Amino acid sequence: MTPDDIEAIWLTLKLATVTTCLLLLIATPLAWWLATAMTRYKHVVSALVALPLVLPPSVLGFYLLLLLGPEGWVGRLTAALHLGTLPFTFPGLVAGSVLFSLPFAVQPIQGAFEAIGKRPLEVAATLRANAWDRFASVALPLARPGFITAIILSFAHTVGEFGVVLMLGGNIQGETRVLSVAIYNHAEAMEYGAANLLAGGMVFFSFAVLLLLYLLGGKFWKVAR
Amino acid sequence: MNGISARFRLERDGFLLDASFDVPGKGVTALFGPSGSGKTTLLRCIAGLERAEGSLFVNGMRWQEGKSFAPVHRRELGYVFQEASLFPHLSVQKNLEYGYRRAIDRQVQKDKVIEWLGLSRLIERRDVASLSGGERQRVAIGRALLSSPRMLLLDEPLSALDMRSRQEILPCLERLHRELEIPVLYVTHALDEVARLADHLVLMEEGRVIASGELSGTLARLDLPTAHLDDAGAVIEAVVAEHDDVYALTRLDFHGGSLWVGKVEEQKGAKLRARVLARDVSIALEVPRGTSIANILGARIMEIRDEGPDKVNVCLDVGQMLLSRITRRSRDLLGLKHGMTVYAQVKSVALTR
Repeated sequence: MTPDDIEAIWLTLKLATVTTCLLLLIATPLAWWLATAMTRYKHVVSALVALPLVLPPSVLGFYLLLLLGPEGWVGRLTAALHLGTLPFTFPGLVAGSVLFSLPFAVQPIQGAFEAIGKRPLEVAATLRANAWDRFASVALPLARPGFITAIILSFAHTVGEFGVVLMLGGNIQGETRVLSVAIYNHAEAMEYGAANLLAGGMVFFSFAVLLLLYLLGGKFWKVAR
Repeated sequence: MNGISARFRLERDGFLLDASFDVPGKGVTALFGPSGSGKTTLLRCIAGLERAEGSLFVNGMRWQEGKSFAPVHRRELGYVFQEASLFPHLSVQKNLEYGYRRAIDRQVQKDKVIEWLGLSRLIERRDVASLSGGERQRVAIGRALLSSPRMLLLDEPLSALDMRSRQEILPCLERLHRELEIPVLYVTHALDEVARLADHLVLMEEGRVIASGELSGTLARLDLPTAHLDDAGAVIEAVVAEHDDVYALTRLDFHGGSLWVGKVEEQKGAKLRARVLARDVSIALEVPRGTSIANILGARIMEIRDEGPDKVNVCLDVGQMLLSRITRRSRDLLGLKHGMTVYAQVKSVALTR
């Protein structure tokens, strides 16, 4: 394995870790809102969250490129804040990955919150727990299986992402060249041995993740609907 | 200002709750009615779990009035749900401590609650799933009491339990009835629980309160639906007066008379509650002779009402009110009328501690 390949592996793990952490911060309140809100808008939001499940990654990547680029309004905003533009940078990849993996984080957590039902939270309220306390002492621990599923899926899904990365300009070594892109490069350059090593590693990794999920109770398929 | 004063109005899915009652600020008040009469909804409004229009005052505390609405966690109450609803991610001990740690004004004595409910052996258990239904409900009641409530709300705590678990919890509830100083609202559709545990009765039907009052007086009213129930009957507060060791009997005295019952363990002077079912009381015009029935009480007929096609309910004053259910034919054969002096023969008495 070349040092470039090892760098790609590290970059991939870094991307997946940062993405998963951000996703937990974003998906938890979103899932809670989707699980508890009584408004009709939540169906709209649910559909939006699920969109990356059905869209080709290249579509998502394409619009992200436009949005984050110098002419997009997010791009103008980041430029005005002297942050530069996000495409072709690691933060740009993170932004794309977060969007791309959002349903894989939101849906298991939402399902777990919904499975708790109202009763345990009502009980906690009658035992003097305020809303935050109820969330932290009852909802979060009871939704643990959903969180575990969400973490594993978000991480694994980010590791396996290709289309969004490519569209957002991911082939800069040490910055945006993640594993899937490195494999693509090797294959294009007819370096089948190197490609095989990385691709085989991915197969093994993905299998291990799925096996872990099933050992944890196979909750994903029930929850992801 | 002592007492509990509640007025609520809530419309939901075609059901209208429009209930108000005023009951004393101590003792057990039963909210009694058929299923679907809105008892649980009313209890949830009292707890603040439903947001109804109205007002609620509990022993001088204003929990709701007009726009002001104390959220559930600010109302110092204990709520026991129909199913025990213990937190599955916490041990028995942690469940019990949940409200104890969060109590606003911690006044409860932990060991007493643990003793009343027989929790000392359960507290060791890690997993609440290993508890039986009755044990779970006892822990749930303990958990509610340990939050130092100023009022305890029980929503049919026995209805989800089998017969054996019920028999296990009823003595605990009777114990609480004797020991607790805070008011208790007890939702039930079982008249025997009312007769055993309540001091006060609020009767509900189709979302409204149709009657409310002190227990024995309300149970003796023939115009209320309670009189139509199969196990309609009166409740008499009595005192242990005498033990007869030869025949293993005990004499209970009440205002206006006495009853002989199978020997009880209580000391002389102990208070007991006797429940006499209407179907266990027959009526004679003269003192019956040559009868095996030991309890014959002089009585005055206060009221007679038809009960179905063949029966009548009779309200008898024996010093306290008794109910008797006899056939219409017997009424006519004996010529029973309002104001007559007769003899009530009591076939059986159920006792509550």
